[in-house]
Amino acid sequence: MPAPTTLSARNLVRFHGKRRVVDDVSLELRRGEVLGLLGHNGAGKSTTLMMLSGALQPNSGSVAVCDFDLARRADLGKACLGFLPEHPPLYRDMRVDDQLLFAARLRKVSKVQLPEYLELAKRRCGLLDWGQRLVGELSKGYQQRVGIAQAIIHQPAVVILDEPTVGLDPAQIRDIRALISELGDSSSVILSTHLLHEVEQVCDRAVILREGRSIFNGTLDELRAQSDIESSFLRLNADAESEHA
Amino acid sequence: MIRTLARKDLHTLFSAPSTWMMLALLQFILGWFFLARLDDYLQVQTQLAQMDDAPGATISIAAPLANLLALLLLMLTPLFSMRLIAEERRNQTWLLLATSPLSSAQIVLGKFAGLLALLSLVILAAVAMMALLALGTRADVGLILCNLLGLWLLAAAYAALGLYFSAVSRQPVVAAFTALAVSVTLWLLDMAGGLLRALSPNTHFQNLNSGLLSSADIAYFVLFCTFFLMLTIHHLRHERGGH
Repeated sequence: MPAPTTLSARNLVRFHGKRRVVDDVSLELRRGEVLGLLGHNGAGKSTTLMMLSGALQPNSGSVAVCDFDLARRADLGKACLGFLPEHPPLYRDMRVDDQLLFAARLRKVSKVQLPEYLELAKRRCGLLDWGQRLVGELSKGYQQRVGIAQAIIHQPAVVILDEPTVGLDPAQIRDIRALISELGDSSSVILSTHLLHEVEQVCDRAVILREGRSIFNGTLDELRAQSDIESSFLRLNADAESEHA
Repeated sequence: MIRTLARKDLHTLFSAPSTWMMLALLQFILGWFFLARLDDYLQVQTQLAQMDDAPGATISIAAPLANLLALLLLMLTPLFSMRLIAEERRNQTWLLLATSPLSSAQIVLGKFAGLLALLSLVILAAVAMMALLALGTRADVGLILCNLLGLWLLAAAYAALGLYFSAVSRQPVVAAFTALAVSVTLWLLDMAGGLLRALSPNTHFQNLNSGLLSSADIAYFVLFCTFFLMLTIHHLRHERGGH
């Protein structure tokens, strides 16, 4: 029997002005699955993730998290998901512990469970000794860890991470990828990236976006079988990396 | 949920050195004004004693002090309110709130409550100063309470207005200037005649300031706050692309 669906998005469309940024994107996520949302810059990844997390409402289409429609029961649906945007949403003048406790309270974690959840989130993200530090004093890598910790502190069924490894050094990237794989054991994870090899390392399935449209939606084996998509993506990727260099 | 957000905002406001500096400056101005008025009153006290219907210490000292605080609230509230939403957006922390199980109304009420809690402390400090009059004379408790209510309603009105402009502005500074410009315009309407005058918060505050407690004035402030809070909620819903 397949694992239960934790998130499903149907026919999402979103306009920015007159431009269709996301065009008829549908995807489904099952428990224990890591889904890679792949696309180069401007492909509509972030807008799609904002709709999946309830920060933006689609112009048409629907998103359901744990069977709660985000348009109708946003409070219940959002309580089941954790989101790390491209820039971690952190208050620089707060201590790490306060930041995480605030995020947990917002997601309706009960007072009794707060210490236990805080401890667990910090342990998973390697932040046990950093609780009393001010967020603004941390390095980018550690801020990213706090960003992930705030997304998972309420132990959500769905974790959405928008380019979590961008701007990190290789050791930090390795740690974050290991953490994402570990998260995939207990929650469902959606990970957006423009790196194909990142998807190959940590994801079970992939959705590829190009100009707001989904051009591939399937398992990694299916992706490898469609060599034209892979090669075209690799070319895009190589272009992006040479630009970066 | 509203309390969690209000407590966080109060913490953020108090962790900024600028808040402490503004509060210290405010207390200094109020303290200095209080002493100056007290001094003036003591100098003319003997002449006042010979009058049949002489003004008491409360109306001569406490009421002008409340009037001054009303003017200072007009100028200071936008400086506190500007950060509430515009800064969250600029620092990208807005997405934490937008993706949490909070409705737009809860976010707006939480932020409003946080700012109002800070302004309430400012008002209570000033009212404590007025209450000091009871040490040397029989203070008019009714008038002091009426001024406390007036100041609190006025602060709530400016907080709601400031919150709206913080929601519609991309930059906190723009939010502060727009809120200040609108507040000053509304304040100046008090000098106009007829219906325009009734739109000014100052007109309604003046009644409470002189000890006149009228349900019409209270209703005005309640409506004023509700209008701007609803406008803010509507703006945030619209921004999410909601209905």
